[in-house]
Amino acid sequence: MKKLLGPLAGAALAANVAFADDSTLTIAYNVSLPSWDATVGVSAVNPTIQSIYKSVYDQYIDQNPDLSFRPGLLTEWGWNEDRTKVFMEVREGAFWHNGDPVTPADVVWSLERAGKEETGNPIQFLWSTLGNFTVDGNRVEADVLRFDPTIFKWMAFLTAYVLPKDYYTEVGAEGFEKSPIGSGPYMVDEYVANSFVRLKRYDEYWGGAPEFEMVIFKFLPDASARVAEVETGASDITLEIPYEEYDRLAAKDGLNGVTTPVSDIGMIFINDVGVMEDANVRKAAAHAINKDLIVDRLLRGYGVPIDTLQAPEYAAFTAETTVAYDPDKSKELLAASGYSTDNPVKFKIQTTRGFKPKDYEMIQAVTGMWKRVGIEAEIEVYEIAKHFDLRARDALAPAAFYNWGNSIGDPSTSTGFSMFGPSPHSTWDTDDVDAMIGPLWGEEDEDVRIAGYQRVDAYIAENAMVIPLLQFVQPIIYRDGLSVTPHVANFLLPQNVSSN
Amino acid sequence: MARLLVTIGSIFLTLLGVSVVIFVILRLVPGDPISMMLPPGATDEVRANLERLYGLDKSIPAQYVIWLRNVAWLDFGMSTQFRLPVMEIILDRLPATLELVLLASLIALVLSFAFSILAVWLQVDSATLAIDGLAGLAQAIPDFLWALIFILAVTLFAPMMPVSGRFDPRTAQDFATNFYLLESLVTLRFEAFAELIRYAVLPALALGLPLAAGITRVLKGALEEAMAQDYVMLAQTKGKSRLAIVLGEALRNAMIPTIALTSVQLTFLIGGTVLIERQFSWPGIGSTAISAVINRDLPLIQGIVLVFALIFILINLASNELYRAADPRLRTSR
Repeated sequence: MKKLLGPLAGAALAANVAFADDSTLTIAYNVSLPSWDATVGVSAVNPTIQSIYKSVYDQYIDQNPDLSFRPGLLTEWGWNEDRTKVFMEVREGAFWHNGDPVTPADVVWSLERAGKEETGNPIQFLWSTLGNFTVDGNRVEADVLRFDPTIFKWMAFLTAYVLPKDYYTEVGAEGFEKSPIGSGPYMVDEYVANSFVRLKRYDEYWGGAPEFEMVIFKFLPDASARVAEVETGASDITLEIPYEEYDRLAAKDGLNGVTTPVSDIGMIFINDVGVMEDANVRKAAAHAINKDLIVDRLLRGYGVPIDTLQAPEYAAFTAETTVAYDPDKSKELLAASGYSTDNPVKFKIQTTRGFKPKDYEMIQAVTGMWKRVGIEAEIEVYEIAKHFDLRARDALAPAAFYNWGNSIGDPSTSTGFSMFGPSPHSTWDTDDVDAMIGPLWGEEDEDVRIAGYQRVDAYIAENAMVIPLLQFVQPIIYRDGLSVTPHVANFLLPQNVSSN
Repeated sequence: MARLLVTIGSIFLTLLGVSVVIFVILRLVPGDPISMMLPPGATDEVRANLERLYGLDKSIPAQYVIWLRNVAWLDFGMSTQFRLPVMEIILDRLPATLELVLLASLIALVLSFAFSILAVWLQVDSATLAIDGLAGLAQAIPDFLWALIFILAVTLFAPMMPVSGRFDPRTAQDFATNFYLLESLVTLRFEAFAELIRYAVLPALALGLPLAAGITRVLKGALEEAMAQDYVMLAQTKGKSRLAIVLGEALRNAMIPTIALTSVQLTFLIGGTVLIERQFSWPGIGSTAISAVINRDLPLIQGIVLVFALIFILINLASNELYRAADPRLRTSR
């Protein structure tokens, strides 16, 4: 209320203080950051926000731009021989933004808090697989309550941030939202929700102080505003703009562009209902899609056609599993089930519109290709919240377009969760696939586990239980004088930007 | 006194009705906040736990009763995406929206009054045609398209004009309130005021232009009608100039339909902030409403809708009072 009534009280105010200088990096960013708790709530599982979190907080384990893993606040980690315990070596010389040292107690508190149901961490089911923590010097050990072979990969993924135990306990959840501190390369200087966040370089950062003294993320969900920002020089760098604009801006004097295939794929979920129980229909739908054409014509070449749920950078990717574009084969398959262009098989396909680049246009193209072989698909546009809701209730249409991010590149977080029947994210629920994936959840031998998922992917591709389309490409435009290292995990990290 | 009590009672009843409608609709449409926050690998138990945490495991009537009981104590609940009390978020963002709406209204009023008076005063066909044409164009293009046009125009012609935010993010703002414009005026910080205006002018123009066009059409028509009345001829015979007659005689009578239209249009203008704020990254209640809807932040949507409803009611009440003040017949019939 004070904020509302303040001017009436005629408060005396200080003048503006300008900080602007050449050491400021301004990023026209595509999403807004709603919450500073990177471990709880909707924001915590939003992949597009992670760039900001990773600028302020440290993760247990970090990732290189090619998705390979590297030490974060943990310098060493692993299991004991019989996989009943884990160990983690906590980094020395790391400090919170208030100057306090990062301690093993912070790591234990963060993991324990994440594992408690009452804190509302959406990944609680995974963090609760560890318990009975002990600390000896900088070494933390814990019992493995339920073995999960991906636990350390998850330590570089969603909600895997170490928060300051003492500070958080002292200020509480609301206090932390208003005044967050981390141990990352940048400190929060000012945050205006739905407008911008200004970060200040943290000189005591254990990884060395980053180059820019100040970083500003302007929240600009409107792509035309992002284009205007970078074109007028109001921002130094932007991302996720239409590919047509990317080509135009990259060719302009004073601007440069870089594109990278990222850990985000476009796919058509198949629901095992109605006509989709007929393998001929599914296979015909898969073989009728010319993915190369979609990438070349619709996405101006900015996409990588894929045939499984593994992008080339993922651990279980293999070029051996392919699904050929073969419309004649589609016609044969449909004919075997009594369908033709005169008597087409009919079903509904759902898609978002404008959520991903050319999503609706892609599905229009797909239905056009289907029509030529004898598939008549009616397009229904839905918003992303409805997709989540329908998917959780296993009520998606027989076909539904969606994108699936997987920045740790593990097959369990792509094929596993999207195709395993009991998973709330799976639309395909059949015993054969469940029987193949089931044993892999607890497989201790990493090579066996990866090979197992490759077999599952081949089986799924052969039977067209999902239709992977393409790996998305992230476009970044930046001004002359900067050098940008793109990140396959879709991050735009200020610490990966430098002056030439 | 009785009229005041009736007015207050009707406000409460309207808000209660709005709250029931929005509460039920939000829970019936597909898409809920829990589905939005379920990551890969979440089990049904995780979903059930989160539903319990956010109170969504109870029946809709039970949820409504709990919510209404808390609202009675001005507790609108916690935002699921911002993780802060809804009331705090609304009070934090509302000033930015109110200032934007105020500026847009001022622009609309200044433009419409200037053009209407000019057209009636000059009585030149070409000027009238030009003003009618401009008004038609401004009204034909919706506010969000004006926003897009301005953003593109800035890229081509005015790269120094900002297209995002409320102030330069490189600048530390030391304001005691969130009414930055008003505060900078009250405290005589004119440099800060000019800088804030520079950031506000494009979103305010985008919002205000269609409103200006609407007011211009009504005010100009009303002025022309007034100028044909007997009292105008009487004033002319007294030797008053045409401009003096327009301002001194006709304008007062032309105000009555203008007030009625402006109050209706003002509510549309507030609704328009939802898109405009998002396009210009204006940190107000409109852009907050959009992100609340996208993320299915039920407590925040409910709070914002109630605040919008309250603002609409207050605008209507204010316009009624202005109407009475402008029209002596209504005052005497009271």
